[in-house]
This record gives sequence, structure tokens and C-alpha cells, in this order.
Amino acid sequence: MSMAQALPNDGVMRAADGTPLKVALARAERRERMKALGLVAPLFAFIVLSFVIPIIVMLYNAVYDPDVAQNMPRTVVALESWDGKDLPSEEVFAAFVADMQEAQKAKQVALIGKRLNYEISGIRSKVIATGRKIGALEQGPFKDAVIGIDKVWGDPDTWATIKRSSSDWTPFYILSMLDLRQGADGSIEQLPADRAIYKDILVRTLGISLLVTVMTLILGYPVAYLLATSPQKTASILMIFVLLPFWTSLLVRTTAWMILMQDGGVFTQLLNITGITWLLNIFGAIDGEPQLFKTRFSTIVAMTHIQLPFTLLPIYSVMKTISPNYMRAAKSLGGKPFYCFLRVYMPQTMAGVAAGCLLTFILCLGYYITPALVGGPTDQMVSGFIERAINSENNWGKASALGVILLTATLILYYVYNKLIGIDRMKLG
Amino acid sequence: MKKFATLFGAALMAGTAVFAVQAHAADELTITSWGGSYQESQRKAFFEPFIAAGNKITEAEYNGEIAKIRAMVEANSVTWDVVDVDTQTVLAGCAEGTFETIDWAKLGLDKSKFIGGDVTECAVPNILYSTVAAYDTTKTQAPASLFEALFDTAKFPGKRALQKSPFVNLEWALMADGVAPEEVYKVLGTQEGVERAFKKLDTIKKDVIWWESGAQGPQLLADGQVVFATSWNGRFDTAINKDKKPFQIIWDRQAPDWDWWAIPKGTPKIEEAYRFIAFASDPQRMADQTKYIAYGPANKDSAPLVDPAVLANLPSAPDNLKTVFYPDPNFWGDKGDELRERFNAWLAQ
Repeated sequence: MSMAQALPNDGVMRAADGTPLKVALARAERRERMKALGLVAPLFAFIVLSFVIPIIVMLYNAVYDPDVAQNMPRTVVALESWDGKDLPSEEVFAAFVADMQEAQKAKQVALIGKRLNYEISGIRSKVIATGRKIGALEQGPFKDAVIGIDKVWGDPDTWATIKRSSSDWTPFYILSMLDLRQGADGSIEQLPADRAIYKDILVRTLGISLLVTVMTLILGYPVAYLLATSPQKTASILMIFVLLPFWTSLLVRTTAWMILMQDGGVFTQLLNITGITWLLNIFGAIDGEPQLFKTRFSTIVAMTHIQLPFTLLPIYSVMKTISPNYMRAAKSLGGKPFYCFLRVYMPQTMAGVAAGCLLTFILCLGYYITPALVGGPTDQMVSGFIERAINSENNWGKASALGVILLTATLILYYVYNKLIGIDRMKLG
Repeated sequence: MKKFATLFGAALMAGTAVFAVQAHAADELTITSWGGSYQESQRKAFFEPFIAAGNKITEAEYNGEIAKIRAMVEANSVTWDVVDVDTQTVLAGCAEGTFETIDWAKLGLDKSKFIGGDVTECAVPNILYSTVAAYDTTKTQAPASLFEALFDTAKFPGKRALQKSPFVNLEWALMADGVAPEEVYKVLGTQEGVERAFKKLDTIKKDVIWWESGAQGPQLLADGQVVFATSWNGRFDTAINKDKKPFQIIWDRQAPDWDWWAIPKGTPKIEEAYRFIAFASDPQRMADQTKYIAYGPANKDSAPLVDPAVLANLPSAPDNLKTVFYPDPNFWGDKGDELRERFNAWLAQ
């Protein structure tokens, strides 16, 4: 009684201990929220560390390029006043000699050479040779002496390239992954044909992914229908056949395809026995035995096999939810089976089809090991070139730029997909 | 400021090579070589006796990618303490400071006792090997020359296995196209020469399976996937003499080269690295290696200790040297990067 009397009578609802109910509720809610946050924090931290930060680093590396700026600081400053028309002045050459001598001592000349070689093919060895000889130059004038070491330094284009790469930031990597480059005057031009390969590779990657997606849909849709409409017992056995390969390691399945697709291997013999080889020879499609190993054909077959469950399972789970009554109703209204299927059943499965196809397509874009093992050099996709840029070229800028291109292409496709089909209509099961 | 890219790269590589890093912490020497039967021969001749002498070793394998060594050195996180490298890699890496300069006095070795000891200041020669082609005598007729084997697809239909590298392949292509051996590097030094070599390779492009690790050449040949394969002579020799494969090596236009022990710059295990190299350069141990693989020891003192039966299988046997072609490692040290880039673009087209 005494407690109740102590409380002011102002019409505010209060908890047992006298705090206003609103405050007490907020406090309880905050506690709950903190608890929930504590539970997701490990996952959140994991995603930030393993996903968000690497993507930011990748975006950053694709345009960050400090090799020239850091190793040729004097030259870069001296070049600022250069008009870019004739050869730079003696002052620039003196700065260049000082920078190169220092870089030679610090053994950084190769880094300069490596960086400039991305733009001027063949200059790497000249930069390194210049580094070796430049220590002998003690007294000016340096201009003719430097050009005497290698005439590449007498070419204004060389200096234009150094000036262009003198910022810490560069569009160079992104441009070259689109088969473009900056010309001497800064305008954008096409790469020469013997170096322009990346647009083809991007188109190839998208093409292979699309083809595999379509193949998995054609093969997977009827199977999903069969699974969804069969009696429980049959369906479970069929499901095992779908899931067993799904549970097997990607590498194991790829290696298995390598063996199956070998010349004179199981697949070739199968084609021989069934007479398909004979038929193909008659139609002139091939000459002699089919050669499947390290071809686009085996790449597509292996990828289709690996991706099949990814397309099939979302379709299946959507089909499971479709009541047979719709089809019965359609048929009872006089529809022919195929017409009913086309107009009544199929539209209801589209959410699953969309989900399965998007999943397969985006997974395909990142394929690396299957094309590497089963395909030939002209079947390699973007990821394969990212691997090579890192492992055998040590070119992180290029690898990052390829990553950026792939990410952008994926996001654009996702956007288009969202506009056409609508991501909210997608059902994974 | 250290380059962010290489730092991140190092972090990634460290991530993928956690075991190597742990091994480092455990005070083990990491030795990287070319895998397969070659590394097996080094294991028996050098690694196992070195371990028996109370040392610890972790082995790693690579396919000769200089970029992997460069990345470690640039990022200042060297996890390979001793690397077996070919000559173009030594020369390219030495010029740019990727390898330690060798102190022969510290090794306690006499440079003049080594064939090629004065070629570079950054490595100790260990063996002489040769890039050659071979075929299966039960399936393929003897070709008249190397170039007939590699480029005459009318006479020898079927695939060829070549190394996924421009090294030697470009030279062979030019010679097959009619360039005299002594003119090869003059021609290959020009833009037109490079185009000419690739044009010749174009004629067999669809007939080539490209291999990356040395074991793949003999394997593709054994599987009957190719009619001719190139590899290093020791790999074929092991297949012939140990695995009893009916292979025949084509010594015509064989391309000899050295392998070297080099120390990536900045390794924390430099003392142990020196100790290992000195240990592995012992004449008797180098002669022992020839029991396991047919490569010539670079130590001249090893020659009298080698079994005469093995000598005939080495690239240096007089019969094998008749039409030898010596690649120019200096050319590749200077131009390797740009030709590899061109080659990779050509492959992808």
C-alpha cells in the first residue's frame, strides 16, 4: 500500500518496480536485441572478414598501382612540367638517373620494368639492362648517355607511359581486361589483336554458363517432374540417384569425366558400339574416331553433370507444392494433356525454374577446375585466367581487374533477371 | 609503404600454406623442387641422408613458376628456403634481386669444379637435364627427325604432348620452319620471328595437349593419349628403365639446360639452406642421384663415380649430342616474361 502511495498519480503506466512501462519494455527489448546480436555476431564477423574485406581489397587492387610512383619519385615530379610532345628535358633525365641508381641499389628496378612492361611489351628487359649500366653514369649531361644505353629512352611514348603510370591510381588494368588501353595522348584505343583476348574470354564464360544452364534445365525439368509425381517409394530411390553425385566431391567427378572422355576411353567406345561414330562420320561431322578429351564438348558435358542437381532440386521442391487438383480441374474442363501442362502446370513451376537456373548460371560463371582439367586452352573461363594471373604471372592488378569484370557482369545479369522475372518470385524450396 | 596487393597476396598464400608456415615455426627447412621422379631421386640422394644427419626438411613442389618465388620475396614472407630452378629463372630472378647471392667460400665449395659454376652469382648448379621428345615403340614408327615427330601430322596423325611454356617450343618451331639453329635467337629476337614461330605452332595447335608438370608427358604417352610427348630426359628414362615402358627418346635437337639450387632472398633459414646446398653438392651424393634418375651431375668430381651404364643415357653421351640444340638462357632470362605472356594469349585464342 505504501509503495502505491509513493508513486505519482500522473496517469503513466508503470512496472512493478515503479519505472514507466515504456522504459522497462525498451530495456527488455534492448536486452533481447543484444542477445540476438551476440548470436549473429560470429557469422557477421566471418562474412566481413572472408567476404566483404576481400571484395573491397579486390576492387582496390584493380585500380591501385604504386610501383612507378614509389620507385621513381624524382622522375615523376620532373615529368609534371613536361608538355608530352618532344623528348623531356635534361632535368627529367637527371632525375631518372638518380631514381634508377637508387632503385638498382634497392633491387627494385625489376618492379619498374614489370609495371612498364604491362603497357610497352618488351621494355622489361631493357629497364633491367639499363639499371645494370646506369650506375656508371656519374656526371651530366645525362640525356644522350641514357639514350645511348637503350634507344627506348629516346622515344617520347616511353616517357608518356611513365607519366601516365605516375599516379597511385590507374584505369589500366580494368581497361586492358576489356581489350582497351590508353594511347600516348590519353585517349582510349583498342589493344592489338595478339593481346586482345579478354573480351572473348568473358563472352566465352557467359556462353558456356548459359549453355550449361539450358542443358541442365532441359535434362532436369522432366526428372524433377517424375520425382514430384511418382509414388513416394519410387521417388525416394530416384532421389538417391540425383543426390549421390551431388554428394560426391566436385574434383572427383571432374577427374572421373577426364577418364571417361579420354581418347579411346569409355565414352568414345560407347559412341563406337552404338554406331554414333559411324553416323557422325557419314554426315562428315568428324573424321575417324571422335576426339573428346580437352574439348569444349567434354567441358559442357562435365559441367552439365555437375550442375544438374542445382537446377533440378529447386524445381522439384516447387513442383512438390503444386496440388494435382489443378491438372485434374483443367482436364475435366476438356483440356488436352499437353495444353493443360503448358498452361496450367508449367507456369506454376516458373519460380523454381528461375531459382534453379539463376543458381546454376552464377555458379557456372566461377567455374575453374572443370574447364582446367577437362577442357583445352580455348575452353578456359575467366576464373582460370584469374588463377594464372596470380599463380604464374604474379599480377595482382590483372587478377583483381578480372574479378571486378566478373563481379560486374554477374551484378548486371542479376539486375536484368530481377527486372524480367523478379527476385521475389524466386523460390529455392 | 609495402604494396598492399602483395601483402594481401602473401596473406592468402600464407593461408593456403598454413602447413608450410607451421613447418617453418618448427625449424624445418623447406625445399621446393619439380615433383615426380626427379624429386624422388633428390629425396633418396639428398633429403633422406640430410634428415638422417639430424636435420628436418619439408618438401614442396612447383612447376617452375618464377612468379610464386617473386611474390614471396616481394611480400617479405619467404616460406621456401631452397628452390630447384632452371637457368632462365635463375637469371631473371638474379637480375631483379629475387635470389640471394651465393657465397661459395661459405659453402666450402670450389666454383671451378662445377660445370656452369660461373654462369650466375645467384645459384649452385646441381644437374644437367635436357628437354626431349619420346614415343611408344609398340604404337609409333620411328620418326626421321624431331621435327617430323612434332609437326608432320599427316605422317603421324594423333596428338602431341608439349610443355605449356614457350621455352624450347618456339625454338623448335622456328627450326622446323627452316631457321638454322645458330640463327634461332636472332630471328626470335624480332617481332616477325616471334610471329613466325607462332604461325608454325598454329599448324599443330589443335593436335597438342599441353602439360604443366613433368610427370604428365610420360603419363600421357603411357595412356596412349598422344603419339609423341616432350618432357625432361630423366622422366622418360625412369619410365623406360624403372617402369619398363616401351618408350624411345628422340635425342635429335635435344635442348640441354641446368637445374640449380637457389635461395629466395630474405629466407630466415639461410644458414640451414647453405648447409643443405653444401651437403647436396658432395660429389659422391651427386653421383648417387644418377642411380635414381638419368641427369648429369654438375660437379665435375662426380663424373668418375657415375656408373658407366648410366653415362650412355645422359644427355651428354656423345651419341646423344650429335644434333644437340643449346637454348640460350640469357635470351630467356631477359625475354621470358614477355614471351610467356604472348604464348598464354596465343593459347587462349
